[in-house]
Amino acid sequence: MTQAAALSVEGLGISLSGRQILKDVKFQVAPGEFCALIGANGSGKTTLLKAIVGLVKPDSGRITVDVDGSGGTSVGYVPQKISLDPHLPLRARDVVMLGLDGARLGLPLPSSARDARVEEMLQAVGAGDFAERRVGLLSGGQQQRILVAHALVRRPRLLLLDEPLASLDVRSVAEIVALLRRLSLQYGTAILLSAHDMNPLLPVMDRIVYLASCCAVSGKADEVVRTEVLSRLYGYHVDVVRVHGRVVVIAAHEPEEIRAALARDPVHTAEIP
Amino acid sequence: MGVLGLIFAPGFLSNGPVHTALLVGGGAAVVGAVVGVFTVMRGQSFAGHALADVSSAGGSASFLLGLNPLVGFLGMAALAAGVMEWADVRDARERDLLTGVMLGAGLGLTALFLYFASVTGSASGAAITVLFGSMFTIPASIVPAALALAGVALAVIAAIYRPLLLSAVSEDLAQAQGTRVRLIGLAHGWALALAVSLSAMTVGAILSTALLIGPAAAGLRLADRPGRSLALAVLIGLLATWGGILLAYDSYDWTPGHGWPVSFFIVVLVFIAYLLAALLARVRARGVSLRAVHPSGCGQD
Repeated sequence: MTQAAALSVEGLGISLSGRQILKDVKFQVAPGEFCALIGANGSGKTTLLKAIVGLVKPDSGRITVDVDGSGGTSVGYVPQKISLDPHLPLRARDVVMLGLDGARLGLPLPSSARDARVEEMLQAVGAGDFAERRVGLLSGGQQQRILVAHALVRRPRLLLLDEPLASLDVRSVAEIVALLRRLSLQYGTAILLSAHDMNPLLPVMDRIVYLASCCAVSGKADEVVRTEVLSRLYGYHVDVVRVHGRVVVIAAHEPEEIRAALARDPVHTAEIP
Repeated sequence: MGVLGLIFAPGFLSNGPVHTALLVGGGAAVVGAVVGVFTVMRGQSFAGHALADVSSAGGSASFLLGLNPLVGFLGMAALAAGVMEWADVRDARERDLLTGVMLGAGLGLTALFLYFASVTGSASGAAITVLFGSMFTIPASIVPAALALAGVALAVIAAIYRPLLLSAVSEDLAQAQGTRVRLIGLAHGWALALAVSLSAMTVGAILSTALLIGPAAAGLRLADRPGRSLALAVLIGLLATWGGILLAYDSYDWTPGHGWPVSFFIVVLVFIAYLLAALLARVRARGVSLRAVHPSGCGQD
């Protein structure tokens, strides 16, 4: 890698209230790469992302984020399960604007340069049609677009998204994934996106970081998304299948496990006479 | 002159206590509306009410000791705001609990001080003044201090305007941009303490919630932008306060010998304004949804 990595994590260890969440986590994300952060619930995905943003202090290890020319913090962040209150007197446009200057003190002065940048970002995420609407009244997919615009408007080199696809319907998931891929190509932004299901990300991801039992395995997507590699990571048999030119990951054991669980504790149904 | 004479009873504009009431009340209304918009956005309306109740302990203590009541109100409110932010309870249920316990303790102290004041007879009518306000008895000497404090509160809010907005959207987002959200919370808490003390001076500690929450809530319902919400809240707060003072002054003619309390009129006007705003917002929302069902120009062209 000739260029500096957009994100480099070395020997990261974090424990929260006495519990070890992450241990010796090590991986790199190259500039412009689309990286999926996969792991079960409670595997530490949110904690890892928060540590990169600086919301959680690591106990050990180092996190290096490529700093842009201006020397500013260049990490965009879309937190998990953010619910925008319908009573907030903010248009979608105002939330994007706060992505640019939300930490500044004093009253905002009119600025055509700022307005142009916000407008460009709104168009880039396809939010032109609802930019003037009250943000709390938008749909989940629309709010997600606005939060992406909020995080990207400062043109960070790295964009972190915590479970952005949870609680979206299938179509919105596909739209958001395609949008993120397009934006990362357009602006050269590296993306680190956490999810518990990697299937919607298979067509776009370059790299995968898998969090399991408090350590991480990372690799190129086509090296990791293989039956034998994933089966070893998950700890049970997983099939990587090609259907209609698409790659799908299927946990083959699930029906058996459900059958076994039912057999252990059988359901008694009334006999139909 | 005929119509004006009906609205402004003789002497209204040349009366000293009325001037003081208009100035202190106006300052309290503006600060209450501006701070209140953020208090409501942050979901801290109950905390705002509790601060007012706790501040009444300071107000009644200063009556007992013969101090400037503004000092007492502000001292207790600022202390309570500091404790609340220092405790840093994130869980909404836990925060309500802590707020309720503090409110009870504050009013308990108020009861003690007011009892002493009534027993020693050092200040007659202290209970009514502290709890429900009596604007026409505010000493004129308080005006410069009250207006200066109002200016301080507005300056604090102006300084932290954008971080305050962003942390109302999400504390995580604000923190990710490098904002120290606890510091912002504390600054807002102290601005709230100033607003509450000024309101307590005018409409009394118990009713100060009306000036803090009512105009803010109406402004938030009517406008989709923070600046417009603030402007509307200020307008409603000022109209209600000055309208209340005017009606109270006029009321000396309705029931000869004694007028009606100013606080009553202010609270009624705030309530009416909120009711109208809520109705208007509902009608407007229905208009939007009707337009969505029947888009204009549908079937033509």
